[in-house]
Amino acid sequence: MVPVNPELVGRVFPPTAPYLVGREKVREFARAVFADDPQHTDPSAARALGYPDVVAPPTFAMVIQDQTLQQLLAEPDSGIELSRVLHAEQRFRYSRPIVAGDELTATLSVTGIRSVGGNAMVTSEAEITDAAGGHVVTATSVLLVGGDE
Amino acid sequence: MSELIVGDVVAQRDVHLTRESLVRYAGASGDFNPIHYRDDIAAEVGLPGVLAHGMLTMGLAVETIVPWLGDSGRILEYGVRFTRPVVVDPEEGATLTVVAKVGAIADDAVRIDLTVTHGEVTVLGKAHVRVRPLAA
Repeated sequence: MVPVNPELVGRVFPPTAPYLVGREKVREFARAVFADDPQHTDPSAARALGYPDVVAPPTFAMVIQDQTLQQLLAEPDSGIELSRVLHAEQRFRYSRPIVAGDELTATLSVTGIRSVGGNAMVTSEAEITDAAGGHVVTATSVLLVGGDE
Repeated sequence: MSELIVGDVVAQRDVHLTRESLVRYAGASGDFNPIHYRDDIAAEVGLPGVLAHGMLTMGLAVETIVPWLGDSGRILEYGVRFTRPVVVDPEEGATLTVVAKVGAIADDAVRIDLTVTHGEVTVLGKAHVRVRPLAA
């Protein structure tokens, strides 16, 4: 028995509230992932590459995507319990990097659920767009949700 | 970049993680799952110890190639599988070794394959970065 409601597949969630990317938040995140390159911390280095402000490290998109995963976990009929969730795979597909000053919104859709030996592999995609509606990055997660022991 | 050969190592580094690194990543990312900083809870759920966040490993791995790329905006796609947990000892910490090699070359993109090891163990699977070649 798959521990996750199969009717989640195809469900599209409402867009998350806009997230304003701050320069100090980018610097804080860069330090946390050992991102030493100056484009992440020095606005003049970022401008030299053609960006308006500091460039977020590639996996910063997870901070925005995480809001959508909270939506998924909060869905009353999902059957997904956080204590049984393992992060199995993660992928990002970029149109452009995230830059300080961006105001980003994410829209989650559940694209697949498959059963693997009593557990469920849940694939979801968060499409992250900027204030103008332009695509920035699509973040895809595969969560392994354990069944009853 | 046109002179790249499959198998070339383009970047590598060691990153030493401590418990402080995990707390710092928790704060920066908003992922406060206690298995990343509490030994008692890690033990309760059957883990061998406090684990590094998979997303911390994924994040520090790709940053290894950013100075070589010059512009992180050249990254088109990045994906990994989390295959083995990284236990971070409270006293010793854990050292991860990242090696970035050219995996494949096409006209529109170069694939960089990242190998991340902790001791003898490879902790990420299929850690591939697709990057835009430099304009000719």
